[in-house]
Amino acid sequence: MINVFGRSIGAPSHLTRLVLLSALSVALMMLDHRGHHLEKIRAGLNVLAYPIQIIASAPAYIGRGIADFFTTRGTLREDNEKLLAERQSLLARLQQFEPLEQENRRLRQMLVSAALVADKAIAAELVEVSSEPFTRKVVVAKGSQDGVYVGQSVIDAHGVMGQVTQVAGHVSRVTLITDAGHAIPVLNNRSGLRALVFGTGNPDTVKVPYLTANADIKEGDLLVSSGMGGTFPPGYPVARVVKIVNDPNEAFLAITAKPAAQLNHGKQVLLIWRGNVPQSGGKSK
Amino acid sequence: MRLGPDGRRRMTLIGTFAAAVILAIMPFPTWAEPFRPDWIGLVLIYWCLAIPERVSVGTGWLLGFIQDILYGSLLGSNALAKTLVAFLAVRLHLQLRMFPRWQQAVSVLGLLVANQLLVLWIRGAIGQAPETISYWTPSIVGALLWPWLFVILRDLRRRGGIA
Repeated sequence: MINVFGRSIGAPSHLTRLVLLSALSVALMMLDHRGHHLEKIRAGLNVLAYPIQIIASAPAYIGRGIADFFTTRGTLREDNEKLLAERQSLLARLQQFEPLEQENRRLRQMLVSAALVADKAIAAELVEVSSEPFTRKVVVAKGSQDGVYVGQSVIDAHGVMGQVTQVAGHVSRVTLITDAGHAIPVLNNRSGLRALVFGTGNPDTVKVPYLTANADIKEGDLLVSSGMGGTFPPGYPVARVVKIVNDPNEAFLAITAKPAAQLNHGKQVLLIWRGNVPQSGGKSK
Repeated sequence: MRLGPDGRRRMTLIGTFAAAVILAIMPFPTWAEPFRPDWIGLVLIYWCLAIPERVSVGTGWLLGFIQDILYGSLLGSNALAKTLVAFLAVRLHLQLRMFPRWQQAVSVLGLLVANQLLVLWIRGAIGQAPETISYWTPSIVGALLWPWLFVILRDLRRRGGIA
């Protein structure tokens, strides 16, 4: 028997090795899933994986650089005009927002409930590598050195994107709300109905299960994060209901929604530090 | 850089595996994502058929483990699947080598589907199974690519001096 590098070893048969390696894999899976004993090891391995990720993302990175270089003056001016107009309208809306926030604070004081503390957000660049096929995860270029922690919420300009599920030194992996293993507690912005939004593995749909036919939910309703469970901050848009199917044979409505955040494009995300939660990890910047 | 025949062999093997790993995590537009074949699986199957005495279950496990780290998937899930694929490929290599190219592609489809099925089971067991039928397209694309990939890798193998 010769191994991959041509050296002879007194190796056992293929079947024996299959059994041994399978047992090893199963043990790894158990440790990884049940006990989360491998966080440290995985973080170390992710550091080793970083150069490979950089190499794999290089062509896209260079391609974008070249495209940027050849952007014409006209396009830039157009973009600039569009951004200025957008800024104007946003500023106008902000004028209303400030008195509203004041009023909200006064009302909360009257109710003697905890004041909402502003969340802190930091922009992070996406590392352009793919995750496992048919999972919805992205890698961002901020890690434990920047104070990123597991369970941290990630948003973009339009809504909630997901949460951090793995952290290494300089990078971390974010599971998006469309991932089949993800769920987020929400409120119907119109009726106040509580629900859960589950990912499906499809890039642009989520589902809202466990609601019965008499639930107060309509097509077009905006679902915002409710803050229950403590992972996500309350009040951020999560998804908009696009289709409700009431099949009398099923116990629950089949509700499809479209994520509010632009999960599939954009180069940047925002990592949120909750205002009232003590920040874990040291901040380097 | 001058390499002896041994070095050349080693470089060819590592080079093709490295290329497969890079291709596996190279960014793709979201709409094209389901059409990305399992490059690592394909290259692994090729070498298992060509030189089963050197590339077999051990290499399969190692590649699957690297894949798990890069994908951020459950550690050991792809490792287990790739170990099984390597084992089956080595077991069947004498038959598969004799097959005409299209029949070989069909067998490769079987191996790739077995790989995906195992991963799907594992992901289902931890409640993360994707709910789309397009989950199976990578295997089909991989099988369709097989005849061309086979020719390319055979060429590289001969150039690398691997008997």
